[in-house]
Amino acid sequence: MIRFDSVSKRYEGGVDALSRVSFELDSSEMAFLTGHSGAGKSTLMKLIMLMERASQGQVFVNGTNLNRVSRGQVPHIRRGVGVVFQNHQLLFDRNVYDNVALPLSIAGFSPREVGRRVRAALTKVGLADKEKKFPVALSGGEQQRVGIARAVVNKPPVLLADEPTGNLDPELSREVMNLFDQFNQVGVTVLIATHDLELVRAMGRRELILRRGQLVSGDEA
Amino acid sequence: MKAAGATAAVTGVRDRLKSWQAHHRRVFFFTISELLQNPLASLMSWLVIGIALALPMILYVMLSNVSMVSGEWGGKPRVNLYLAQDLNTPVARALATEISQEPGVEAVVFISSEAALKDFQRRSGFGDVLSTLDRNPLPHVIEVVPQGADAVLLQQMMARWEVRSEVERVSVDFAWLERLFALLSFAERLVLALALVLATGVMLVLGNTIRLAIESRRQEIVIIKLVGGTDAFVRRPFLYLGFWYGFGGAVIALLLVQASLLFLAGPVETLAQSYRDDFALTGLGLAGNLLLLAGGSLLGMIGALLSVSRHLREIEPT
Repeated sequence: MIRFDSVSKRYEGGVDALSRVSFELDSSEMAFLTGHSGAGKSTLMKLIMLMERASQGQVFVNGTNLNRVSRGQVPHIRRGVGVVFQNHQLLFDRNVYDNVALPLSIAGFSPREVGRRVRAALTKVGLADKEKKFPVALSGGEQQRVGIARAVVNKPPVLLADEPTGNLDPELSREVMNLFDQFNQVGVTVLIATHDLELVRAMGRRELILRRGQLVSGDEA
Repeated sequence: MKAAGATAAVTGVRDRLKSWQAHHRRVFFFTISELLQNPLASLMSWLVIGIALALPMILYVMLSNVSMVSGEWGGKPRVNLYLAQDLNTPVARALATEISQEPGVEAVVFISSEAALKDFQRRSGFGDVLSTLDRNPLPHVIEVVPQGADAVLLQQMMARWEVRSEVERVSVDFAWLERLFALLSFAERLVLALALVLATGVMLVLGNTIRLAIESRRQEIVIIKLVGGTDAFVRRPFLYLGFWYGFGGAVIALLLVQASLLFLAGPVETLAQSYRDDFALTGLGLAGNLLLLAGGSLLGMIGALLSVSRHLREIEPT
């Protein structure tokens, strides 16, 4: 589902963010991506989301070689990758329902189908009664869960999460991790970037460790 | 693949079409309601656009009124053949028919001396004086409209008519007509140039307004792009915004044109009626008004498109 073939990323100015990274995540596998800040976690995630392009090597997501994706096709690739952002990236002038519905209206679902799926996703993250609320009226943990609902609402085969527990207390973090676990149970490939090593250990999943742009552990499944 | 649970969301073509229409509808109403929530700021933009559109429109209306009056002459000189005083009406009519069949003649109007006298009495206000005359001092007149305005051909035709015994005098007045039409086509060009300059101005003003709108929605654009929104999806609200700016501006322009017509109608008609009694100032008409609205909206959308295509690419999630 996600495959890196000796991928390097050099930013303008000569900084090597990733060098010759290779790994493969099978469909419905769940893994953690760890490493110090600056180790290349964000760059790796950005390559999967097509926010950046590899300087060398090839990235495959859902069977598509991302090197061959034109600018116009980018949105369609992104629809197959749900992303949970550290800073949630919610629209503050829209209520919870509209925030979660965004990927569906973009993908062209009928309003009835949108309603059905949005409510299912909100129920899943435990926010069924908050759909009319605006993000400012929610706690950090609730905002995070709105972001998760939005990431999974159109049932993407791949789910990425960038520091999803960064601002949450341990109990909330565990809840969020359990949610990811549940999505993984139904066949979603999940990759979570985090520096919460305790949590990683507790979950007992595969761990990809980056150090100065190189994958030092976890390249073999 | 292990599980069938995680399949990318697949949607049918009909669903997509419906949803696409729904999005257009939603954006259509959303953008106008947004503009109306800031009535003062929106009105300012509408006024700027409206005035820029109204200026050439008002000039155009004035010009087309002048052209309509002068259009009587059709842009071609008219040759008047004043017939001999003692020529009787049937003979004069026969001559008119004969001339109308000559090559190079487009049309012929025969004005009998009786008709001319009646008309003169009615128009000149000398009715009483004229009725004291014992005989009609006016001759029959044949008004000839030549096919072209070629001076050489015209001279030849006139020479031919002048030698006939039935014809007393041939007269043509080109010079002032030529001047008038030159002046009119100059004015037309001027209005066109002005319209082009102002239309460009409208697009630039709109482009800037849209740029500000894009800037204030930067975060939203980034998020939409992140969750898979296409350029068209991102562009749509701004195009509708441009549409509403243009449309609103055109409505203001329409009102300004109507107001200036009302304002000018009195004096202009008084002036014009001293020459012609059936003159009334005409506006843009239904088709013209609709065209103004459509043109304004189109300008708005083009301005928005230019601005959006310039600025939207710069906004990418980082």
